[in-house]
This record gives sequence, C-alpha cells and structure tokens, in this order.
Amino acid sequence: MFLALRELRFARGRFALMGTVIALISVLVVLLSGLSSGLVNDGVSGLKAMPATAFAFDEGTMKDNAFSRSVIDDEQLKTWQNADDVAAAEPMGVNIVNGVTDDGTQIDLTLFGVEPDGFLSPAVSTGEQLGAVAGIIVSEPLRDEGVELGSVVILDRLDLELTVIGFTEGQATFGHVDVAYLPIDTWRLMAAGLAEPGAPTQDQIDEMDFGYASVVAILAEEGVSIDFATIDVTAETTTMTLTESFNASPGYEAETLTLSMIQFFLYAICALVVGAFFMVWTIQRSHDIAVLRAMGASSRYLVRDSLTQAAILLVGFTVVGVAAGIGMGAAMPDAMPFDLEFEPIAIASGLTILLGMLGATIAVLRITRIDPLRALGGQR
Amino acid sequence: MNDHTTPSLEITDVVLELGDGESRVRALDEVSLTVMPGEFAAIVGPSGSGKSSLLAIAGAMARPDRGTVHVHGTDVSKLSKSATTRFRLRNIGFVFQSGNLIPSLTAADQLRLAGRLAGDRHVDVETLLGSVGMAHRAKHRPGQLSGGERQRVGIARALVNTPSLLLVDEPTAALDRRRSHEVVALLADRAHNANVAVVMVTHDRDVLEHCDRIFEMVDGRLSVHALVN
Repeated sequence: MFLALRELRFARGRFALMGTVIALISVLVVLLSGLSSGLVNDGVSGLKAMPATAFAFDEGTMKDNAFSRSVIDDEQLKTWQNADDVAAAEPMGVNIVNGVTDDGTQIDLTLFGVEPDGFLSPAVSTGEQLGAVAGIIVSEPLRDEGVELGSVVILDRLDLELTVIGFTEGQATFGHVDVAYLPIDTWRLMAAGLAEPGAPTQDQIDEMDFGYASVVAILAEEGVSIDFATIDVTAETTTMTLTESFNASPGYEAETLTLSMIQFFLYAICALVVGAFFMVWTIQRSHDIAVLRAMGASSRYLVRDSLTQAAILLVGFTVVGVAAGIGMGAAMPDAMPFDLEFEPIAIASGLTILLGMLGATIAVLRITRIDPLRALGGQR
Repeated sequence: MNDHTTPSLEITDVVLELGDGESRVRALDEVSLTVMPGEFAAIVGPSGSGKSSLLAIAGAMARPDRGTVHVHGTDVSKLSKSATTRFRLRNIGFVFQSGNLIPSLTAADQLRLAGRLAGDRHVDVETLLGSVGMAHRAKHRPGQLSGGERQRVGIARALVNTPSLLLVDEPTAALDRRRSHEVVALLADRAHNANVAVVMVTHDRDVLEHCDRIFEMVDGRLSVHALVN
C-alpha cells in the first residue's frame, strides 16, 4: 500500500479522471437500478404484497397477461382446495377497468376480487377491512388523484358504483395500474354480466349462479413444497409461483429484460474501461516496475500493491457515484417510476466494483511478465 | 556479515550466449572476476562489449550457460526464481543509469520503499541520505532533483538493505564532468567506508582514478586494464 497511496497522490489528475468515469458509471447503475425497482413495483407491487405461494391458471392460457385472460371454474378450485400440502386455495378475479370518481377524475383500476375473509384480503392502512358488497380497498398512491375514504368510483359502461372504504398499506399496482380490492362475489357479478347500474347489492349476489374466477391463489403449508405438476394435471391448470407469475403481468418481462440488458452492458463497460486504464498505467510505469523487480521486489508485492490501488480507486469513486445517484434519484419527478431500494443498489454497486477489479486484475497481472533486466541500460 | 575472507562476488569461467541460431552471439566468453568486500572495481569497454551482460549475471537476473556465480559465498545460479528475487533484495544493491528513481516517491520514500520490500519499516533515512549528502533534499521528488542528486539518492537507496555487493550501471551517463567525479568519488567512499564490494560498468574513462581495480571488456572477454594504477 506504501507505493499505491503515493502513486494515487502523485498521479492524482489521471486517477481523478478515471475515478470520474467510475463515479458516472455508478450514478447510471444506481439510476437504472432505481428505475428497474420502480418499474417492477409499478408493474407487480400488488402481486408482490400477496401472501400467496403460487397461482394456478387455466391450462393453456397464454403467459402474457395470463391473470386477466385465465378463467377457472369451481371444479378446478375444489381440486386445489383438496390437494395435498395446500393450506388454502382461494379464487381470485382480475381485470382492468376504467372509471370516474365522483369529482370527475378519470382513473384506471385493476380489480382484484378476493374472499373478504380469505388470506388474500389486503392489509388496510386506513379505513375498513374488505367486506361490504360495494366497498373497495384501493392502492395508497390513489390519494394523489384526489381519491379519499367515501369516494365513489363509477365504472365505465357498467355504471357500477363502488365506494372507497379503505387504503392498502403502501403502493399496490398491477401492470402499472392501481389496484382496487373488492369482494370476489361483487367481481363475479360484473364478470357474469349481471351488474346493474348503481351500487351492487347482496340480493343481486344471492340470485347469481356463477362460480368462475380468473385464477386460484394457493397458499402452501409451512415448510412444505407442493407437487404442482401432479395437481396441475388433475385440476387442468398451469401453476406459476408468485415470482414466476410476475411475468404473467402485462409488460413485466419486456421491461425487466430491457433494463437488465442495459445494466449488464454497464458492468461490461466498467470492467473494460478500468481494465484499459490499468493496462495503460502498468505499461506507462513498466520501467519503474522493472527497477523495483531488479531491486528485489516480488511479483506478489507489486501485484498486491497495484490491486490495492485499483480497489481504493473503485470503492472510493463508486461510493461517490452511488451517493450522487441516490441524491439525483430522490429528486426524480413523481411521474417517473423510481424506487431506491437498498438491496438492488448494494448488489449493483458491488457488481460495479467486482467487475472493475476483474478488469484491473487482468491488466495488472502484466507486472509478472516485466523483466527486471529492462532496468539496466539507458532508455526510460 | 561482510567479513574479509569471503569474496563478495566470484564469477568463474562464465559463458553467456544470447539470441538464437545464426544470430547467436557469445556475450560473455570465459569470464572470471573476483571482487572482495571494500573493493571498487570498474569495467570499461565499448557498448555491446558485454558489460551489461556481466552486470545481469552478477545481479542474478540472467543465468550463465556455463560457469558459476557466487555472491558472498552463495551460488546464485542454483537458486530458484523466487529465492533469487529474495536473495537480490538482501544481498545485492543496484545503482542504475540516471538513478532510475520512482517518480511518485520523495527521496526519503525511495529509501523507505527499499526497506519495506525487505520487511524493514524503520529505515534510518536521515543517516543514509546524509551519507550521500542529500539530507536536505529528503522531501523532494525525482522531478525536482538534478541528475547528480538523483544518482546520489539512487546510491543511498541501493545501500538501504546493507548489501554485500553493489552493482552500478553507467552512473555518469547523464552527468557533467564535475558531477561525474562527485558521484564516483561517493561510490568509492561507500565501498571503502561501508565495506561493500562495488562493481561499476562505465565507458567514462575520466572517472577511473577513483577505482581500485580496472578491467576492460572487449567482445565478451574480460582483461585487466592496461593502465592499472
């Protein structure tokens, strides 16, 4: 470290330039990570919050948009409810609707029809629990649209009137649309085409004979893994675990793959740029290294010293870049889906450092090939 | 360590060939040389005569094709590669052309680094720099030193780990006449007072008056110089 630190100070201009590039890459990595988390949350935070282990879709449903496309009947639901290792299986109805609030604001909602007493029933931050036939629990950020407790949402075309009775804990969105939880029976009323203009009533529900839903939400017994494949055959369904099911939400796969690819390129660029810098730096001082080796410095000492130098440079400027990125991220406009989450940022900055070190290591290993004999003779 | 009975450098019948096939040349041809502690030996000769090859052999940076090289009693041609590096660190000091100091280090740090390489964190920098008349320039980097000053720091650096053999490569190449004499006189002083064997390669015949023994290298053959003093 003796030489490493003194070289950093001596060639501070060169190192600062390199460091700026590393910092800028880290800023970009943080912003992308935030955007990625933001998009994921915007896309599937409604699903992420669910305590379900897996979802069973009707067999043969196309994977993209599977939640609103799939239709399952009572038989399939019962098969799952009676299957081994399944703690609970509940129907869930999903569709995306447009509506107008009573103050005239147009909003989009993803309706999640769930059993009010079931395990899917959402945790409520303010207001009442799910239960009332015409009552919906909506995603917290809808407050920004002027929605409040008691607001009435009129669904387009059906003129069905639903009243906001509670807000979820935090954001609940699906396919970038805010979620509204409602009782599965109310959802069925709509799905069956029996909803009449005005608020839905218990009488209408009692008269209904309609046992369909979109998917079966499955909760496994603690510490047990369900044999999905076997049950799928009997129930004529296709099961995806909670995480797999994210891909069944609109646009999710396209967004995450695009962002992952950009991030992947950034890491590669980081490795190459840092590698190229240390390659040039090592060549530039190869005469000095030859002198040191002639003096009796071991390759190990010289390589370790150079790697320490690279580590100081990378860690230092990555921290600067991450801090700047977080600062910039905090100032992002609300319209941009951007969430700063510790874990993805930690992983992203860790990867930046790791790949930078990889590049530096490959470059610095040249030291072992420098012949001490070069120290003799004139030319520098 | 540096007793007077073991030669600091003992080269016996060394042959070194360089290049391949047609272009193969005999850089050292049956060369023998013995230098005792406290002796200052100079080797003169035209460029390409094999002077640098002799330094490389004596410094254990190249292995002879035939013959043996003993440094302070150790047969360096029998050491492994890493053992050679360690041996060089503790027993052989190098003074290079124009000092070859590390640009990023101050004069004092040049010496400290040499000490650290050998695991010594408490180099008496002041005394060492003082012994070459450079104590007042301890905090200066090579870029701020003159050619002669750089060479003095280079000599101090070579002596940090109290080697028994000091190998000096064209120390006066970039210096004017007066400074050349000062630097070579300093080497003679170190040889005689620090009891180190010094082998200096040079083509500067002006400075030979400071040396105890003078050899001439011509086409890979070493002979005692005609104007022995």
